[in-house]
Amino acid sequence: MAELKKTPLNEVHRALGAKMVDFGGWDMPVQYSGIIEEHTAVRTKAGLFDVSHMGEIRVKGTDALKFLQKMVSNDVSRIKTYQIQYNILCLPTGGVVDDLLVHKERDNEYLLVVNASNTDKDFKWLLEHKEDENVEIINESPKTGQIAIQGPLAESILQKLTDVNLADVKFYRYTYGQVDGVKCLISRTGYTGEDGFEVYCPWEKTVQLWNKMLETGGDNILPCGLGARDTLRFEAKMPLYGHELGEEITPLEAGLARFVALDKEEDFIGKSALKAQKEAGIPRKIVGLEMLDRGIPRAGYTVKKDGKEIGFITTGSYSPSLDKNLGLALIDAAYADIGNEVAVAIRNKDVKAQIVPTPFYKR
Amino acid sequence: MIKSELKYSKDHEWVLVEGNKAKIGISDHAQDALGDVVFVELPEEGDEVTANESFGTVESVKAVSDVYSPVSGKVVEVNEALLDSPELINSDPYGEGWMIVVELDDASQLDGLMSAEEYEAFLKEEE
Repeated sequence: MAELKKTPLNEVHRALGAKMVDFGGWDMPVQYSGIIEEHTAVRTKAGLFDVSHMGEIRVKGTDALKFLQKMVSNDVSRIKTYQIQYNILCLPTGGVVDDLLVHKERDNEYLLVVNASNTDKDFKWLLEHKEDENVEIINESPKTGQIAIQGPLAESILQKLTDVNLADVKFYRYTYGQVDGVKCLISRTGYTGEDGFEVYCPWEKTVQLWNKMLETGGDNILPCGLGARDTLRFEAKMPLYGHELGEEITPLEAGLARFVALDKEEDFIGKSALKAQKEAGIPRKIVGLEMLDRGIPRAGYTVKKDGKEIGFITTGSYSPSLDKNLGLALIDAAYADIGNEVAVAIRNKDVKAQIVPTPFYKR
Repeated sequence: MIKSELKYSKDHEWVLVEGNKAKIGISDHAQDALGDVVFVELPEEGDEVTANESFGTVESVKAVSDVYSPVSGKVVEVNEALLDSPELINSDPYGEGWMIVVELDDASQLDGLMSAEEYEAFLKEEE
């Protein structure tokens, strides 16, 4: 097995007593003090996440917009400088290569933030599809550190460290400014369903900023691992590639139609397949499930209706915020109505569940 | 933490022997490795359990783990409190976090288990 990749904070995580796991080839903290405690800190105070493993790819040149309009599902022409847009890179089949955030740096220049384990695949995908466009595609991941500070107290903690007036940075907007004397990209984004920021900094400054944010937050902040990141995003129904999205699941099935601009002029990759799927009727749908009887649904478990298989769980967990056992499932659209009773096959037993509205948690 | 009066299995269960009965739970090491326990599935009184076979399930936020019985016999007591308070396994693995009591079929099965000292050495080796 190849050696695991390490973020600049690897030693810091170990010193904090984190449990480390292999996450898509990265040696990452899954938890420090405990997933439930970390989860609760983000919902009630603040949590700090090392997300330096995420990929950053810069696309620039006079045809940058034209190229991106061909590659991604959303209409990139609609965002202004320092605005961020959620996007999907599709296959010609309508399946998903990755989901990502597109940051508009200026006219003709965009910064793409992609999933860690897909960075190399995405970079290659973009390069392969560059034709005669005047565009430069640069993988900046190895030199970019990233820290997410999330939770209701995130703004007040980060404000103590920066000259930027954070109240001016609206949701899905960003700016550049000093954080503890280091020039950073600061965006009001996150993957937790709470208010918060993601701070991009030079790789070698990541430890300094992490330590400073923890120190400044004091009792109001906890370092949080991938375990809490997953339960937080799950409650907020934010999709995770490889679970709610993948090469075999289209964004329409995943309920992400509002990020698929079928009406945009340009033909993006996957557009015709998605249009056809929409016209024919979307066959499957991601729904929320709440267990009615004892059991925790887990990714991959079969979902049934009257003994017949109708789909599978994409993510399932005990929900710390709601104190319930919940799941997201990709099922036959015919059974997707809220209130429907279904069953989840847990260890050869069919356990009753009900389709419920999502997101499970909304701040 | 390892308790000296208990016996241990390689699957990280502990056994407290009282006459011909064995009380069974999972070790402190096991609960720590699992993290926050949020769900427990246990057999019912009267069920038979078999040595080295799964008798129940413990789930943490992230992981699903089988619990293996170190001994064979009939289940005579079940810790029902765990169904509503699975976190007792984290907070008190050797006390309130006990799982079942089994009436032993064959007390010689206990000979295959580790003493506290042996288990401590086993954990060091596993690291």
